[in-house]
Amino acid sequence: MAGPGGDMQWCFSQVKGAIDDDVAEADIISTVEFNHTGELLATGDKGGRVVIFQQEIENKSQPQFRSEYNVYSTFQSHEPEFDYLKSLEIEEKINKIRWLPQKNAAQFLLSTNDKTIKLWKISERDKRPEGYNLKEEDGRYKDPNTIMSLRVPVLIPMDLMVEASPRRVFANAHTYHINSISVNSDNETYLSADDLRINLWHLEITDRSFNIVDIKPANMEELTEVITAAEFHPHQCNTFVYSSSKGTIRLCDMRASALCDKHSKLFEEPEDPSNRSFFSEIISSISDVKFSHNGRYMMTRDYLSVKIWDLNMENRPVETYQVHEYLRSKLCSLYENDCIFDKFECCWNGNDSVVMTGSYNNFFRMFDRGQRRDVTLEASRENSKPMQVLKPRKVCAGGKRKKDEISVDSLDFNKKILHTAWHPQDNIIAVATTNNLYIFQDKVN
Amino acid sequence: MSAIAAMEVNAEARRILAVSISKLYASRTQRGGLRLHRSLLLSLVMRSARDIYHSSRESECQSSEERMDTSSDPEEGQQQPGMPEPQTTLISSEPAQEEPDSADEECEITEDKENLSPTRQSRKRRGKASAAPDFLPIKRARLEPGEERYAAPPSCCRSGAGDSLIALSLNRVIPAF
Repeated sequence: MAGPGGDMQWCFSQVKGAIDDDVAEADIISTVEFNHTGELLATGDKGGRVVIFQQEIENKSQPQFRSEYNVYSTFQSHEPEFDYLKSLEIEEKINKIRWLPQKNAAQFLLSTNDKTIKLWKISERDKRPEGYNLKEEDGRYKDPNTIMSLRVPVLIPMDLMVEASPRRVFANAHTYHINSISVNSDNETYLSADDLRINLWHLEITDRSFNIVDIKPANMEELTEVITAAEFHPHQCNTFVYSSSKGTIRLCDMRASALCDKHSKLFEEPEDPSNRSFFSEIISSISDVKFSHNGRYMMTRDYLSVKIWDLNMENRPVETYQVHEYLRSKLCSLYENDCIFDKFECCWNGNDSVVMTGSYNNFFRMFDRGQRRDVTLEASRENSKPMQVLKPRKVCAGGKRKKDEISVDSLDFNKKILHTAWHPQDNIIAVATTNNLYIFQDKVN
Repeated sequence: MSAIAAMEVNAEARRILAVSISKLYASRTQRGGLRLHRSLLLSLVMRSARDIYHSSRESECQSSEERMDTSSDPEEGQQQPGMPEPQTTLISSEPAQEEPDSADEECEITEDKENLSPTRQSRKRRGKASAAPDFLPIKRARLEPGEERYAAPPSCCRSGAGDSLIALSLNRVIPAF
């Protein structure tokens, strides 16, 4: 593994997606996820499609290897639906994809839209049977009276075919919009969370689920907060966390009771009164929560910052990183153009030393926890020559703008990076702009 | 708070309120239906804006009552289209201490403009085409049998016809789910 963030030199590797500026809405990438080995990279889009890329490595034995991700499988996961009872359209947009750890030759992933979760099996077929004498060429069975001998078909190689088939459909369990799914470390169960409830499923059972969290008030007029994200602990199968729109995170232990409305731990940082504004509530809403790989920390993303929490300390985060503090004075305009509602995700690197999240103008930020260093990089077609090293970017908050700096007012707020993913072992990252997927690699990989 | 600062905050709060209400109504026609999280955040912003508006309103009124009196006359009876204007009309009706009757009338006129048939108590969702200006709620409070609709008392208007509008919006948002 390469050294910490400061020594990393990120290079452009690949970009996937259409080049035109005119973005088709269906092509907007809505989720990105590496599988547990990093060999596969899945993306979901607003059109309900899942595209899986597979890593092909040249010279893996060499210390500096180049890897390339190529399309492995594409399938339509979800279709638009209509809820006739409520006269509501259900969007086919893929909200989340989560891979299951591999157990056999096939790969499995869960994909979800607002209402339905599906388990997909992705399997390879590279052989086909040939030599039937019971069937005609077109597959119809011959008249048995014409067959005089029995011939066993032989399996012969064929071009690799990757098939995706839906193995389970977990439907009708959520009244509100699903925002998260998380596979348990027991590899048997998973949770799905909507605005007010979290359900626990067994991967084999589709006709029922257990409700483990319910924060719906008796009188909806008293609603003050909603669930924004949820995740299982990476090692403890009884523990999960969920974040709220009020900026709190609750850790729950399923051993304590069947309904985990009462949290085991509540993580909350008191608000800084000097930062109070009309929009304080919106910007404190947590958009993503992720456990570290070692299970000792968790990271939360709110509108302006990334916070790292030690699971043993509830009253404040151990680290806070400002993603784009220069936006604090622009909150009113960001409210008017809806950007303040953007839900940024965040991710850890393989050894939990660096965290990454997206920003505007196709910028993304990395924070090296050990070296207390951070860097801003840009995903753009201009910097997309093979192995071109990414130059750190800088935003000028005010006053005199230096050369190569960008002023806050010239940032493009339509170019946002909401979804990023880090390879579980190597320094390879996948960064999604609106409709393109960029793959960057550390030079000394 | 100085009068000017209060006015600025006031204007800011009004603007945010107008923007919020239009967002709320726009979200009704969004694909995928109303988003609870977004609606909740919108209602929280509206509540903050309303509270700040009222507290700055109080301090502003105290320091500039005379000024508001003279400017309110030409605005009475004026109903201009556009987002901030009806708010302004309502607000100018607020120094109700001086003119309670016209204030009542103001509220009543404004309300009647929004509701084409005051006796209509249908709770049926209206189509987009027939919707009232999208920054104002189109439903009135449901009456119990035997109740009569009556003009809002001056005190009610003073504390904010704006307040009752916001309250209507806030109360309608979340239970809509």
